[in-house]
Amino acid sequence: MLTVEHLNVWFGHPPARVDAVKDAGFTVAPGESFGLVGESGSGKSTILRAIAGLIDTWSGRIEVAGQPVAARRRDRAFYKTVQMVFQDPYASLHPRHSVDAVLSEALRLQGMDDIDRRIARLLDDVGLGRGFRFRYPHQLSGGQRQRVAIARALAAEPRLLLLDEPTSALDVSVQAEILNLLSDLRAEHGLTYVMVSHDLAVVGHMCDRLAVMQQGRIVEVMTVEDLRRGAARQDYTRQLIAASAGYQRA
Amino acid sequence: MTLLSVRNLRVTFPTRQGTFEAVRGVSFDLGRERLGVVGESGSGKSMTGRSILGLVRPPGLVTADRMQLEGQSILNLPERKMRKIRGRRISMVMQDPKFSLNPVMSIGDQIVEAYRLHAGGARAAARQKALDMLAAVQIRDPERVMQAYPHEVSGGMGQRIMIAMMLAPDPEILIADEPTSALDVSVRTEVLNIMDRLVRDRGMGLIFISHDLNLVAQFCDRVLIMYAGRIVETLAARDLHQARHPYTRGLLNSLPRLDAPQDRLPVLQRQDSWRDGDPIAESLETEFPGGL
Ligand SMILES: Nc1ncnc2c1ncn2[C@@H]1O[C@H](COP(=O)(O)OP(=O)(O)OP(=O)(O)O)[C@@H](O)[C@H]1O
Ligand SMILES: Nc1ncnc2c1ncn2[C@@H]1O[C@H](COP(=O)(O)OP(=O)(O)OP(=O)(O)O)[C@@H](O)[C@H]1O
Ligand SMILES: [Mg+2]
Ligand SMILES: [Mg+2]
Repeated sequence: MLTVEHLNVWFGHPPARVDAVKDAGFTVAPGESFGLVGESGSGKSTILRAIAGLIDTWSGRIEVAGQPVAARRRDRAFYKTVQMVFQDPYASLHPRHSVDAVLSEALRLQGMDDIDRRIARLLDDVGLGRGFRFRYPHQLSGGQRQRVAIARALAAEPRLLLLDEPTSALDVSVQAEILNLLSDLRAEHGLTYVMVSHDLAVVGHMCDRLAVMQQGRIVEVMTVEDLRRGAARQDYTRQLIAASAGYQRA
Repeated sequence: MTLLSVRNLRVTFPTRQGTFEAVRGVSFDLGRERLGVVGESGSGKSMTGRSILGLVRPPGLVTADRMQLEGQSILNLPERKMRKIRGRRISMVMQDPKFSLNPVMSIGDQIVEAYRLHAGGARAAARQKALDMLAAVQIRDPERVMQAYPHEVSGGMGQRIMIAMMLAPDPEILIADEPTSALDVSVRTEVLNIMDRLVRDRGMGLIFISHDLNLVAQFCDRVLIMYAGRIVETLAARDLHQARHPYTRGLLNSLPRLDAPQDRLPVLQRQDSWRDGDPIAESLETEFPGGL
């Protein structure tokens, strides 16, 4: 479903150029769920944004459903296949658009009919009552906003969903609801996920395989079984697994 | 010693469906300690924090029987007076740091400004302090990040920048709203160590809002558990995993575990009785003699 080869992503020009992703490569099979974990600032979001066509300055090869993607602008058909849920639920919702406006715009953009019924269904799917339909982002808590963002991505009925820390703004119970929802959608519609998370337990629950990133590079690709057994090949991965066991006061 | 004392805090909003009570009678005392606040999404955690700093925007309405900072009332102070408290005596790391940073000002300028507002002094000294703060929160290349704008940094970097900025003026109380939710575990440990030292060495009071129950159990001293705008249970943090309230148990059970995979995660079966029940205050007095 997704192939990434020799991906480099940079920002700015020398000498201020930032090489955010260096020679990254991985493949994700149809229906698979693939995790991206690693250091803060290591380029995880940047990889997702490059796949989603939100960054122009990259080189290498990205294939979605067997088709190489265009270097710059992506067409509407692309966004029918690929949708992204952003790390930042506050910044990703327009402050003056109500939940209803956000969802109906997403549905119309994909040429959907029966908007009214679909909105009600989407809100149900992400566990927001009908009462939220006419609220504005500033009237929602962090977790409620993230659910609207997920509903918006689902509106297009995509096949590949790029999830950037989809539950890190959510409390654990809503996280469980959203993760169950994502599992159901994957089972029902054969969706493919690429999911960034710093929570190894969430990655372990959701994913089949994962890539570990540090300083712009993928240092290791491993299966979730390996993750559970603590069978890491790289020091950095071992460190990450050890640290996820919990916080100890110095 | 009590830094902050809150009794019967209420925050209400007028909505289409009538008045909505986001916070319904919250009471607690904060000493020189790490006080965790957990609870599901929408339970009023952020609103509790914002109301302390006078950041609930109209038409939201904040009332309380008491809201005192070291004995002085700070409830609904005029903005002019609140500004003297905010950022200097009480700081808040917002749940969405990148949204709270000024998008058209470089990160360096923002930290320098925050610092000088409090400590004054020369720009060069403030700049050095800002660089040190960024390095302390494990930013790899502080020089570059000083010149970057908020949209040019990653989610976790934004979170750390906000923490650096809020700690620069050396506040007596820090309200940290999900301050580490976007950090990888190794960076997170370093950032927690900084807050921990401030509590231990300088006697700062920390309100640590988080949905990470395991982390709160390990990092905090006490935990308030919120549901639908109320505190349903207060526990010593180390006893969190032995919580008895079905809501707290439900939250604990819904965590995925690396060592115990399961197909579906249990979700909360919310009960109406959790919304009300007995006022918690009396039971707190007996469980925490000498202060809530
Ligand atoms: N628009 C931009 N301009 C300049 N640099 C950028 C830009 N966007 C990202 N970067 C830089 O690229 C690097 C990777 O950022 P990215 O957001 O991909 O990290 P991440 O792995 O998602 O981190 P986190 O876990 O903290 O969200 C960072 O050093 C960041 O400062
Ligand atoms: N301006 C507003 N008008 C109406 N309701 C509001 C407004 N702002 C917030 N609320 C509601 O107040 C409740 C409490 O919000 P708050 O932001 O404190 O939740 P929270 O516990 O921090 O949740 P999260 O974990 O998702 O951040 C939510 O149900 C939210 O929808
Ligand atoms: Mg990111
Ligand atoms: Mg909140």
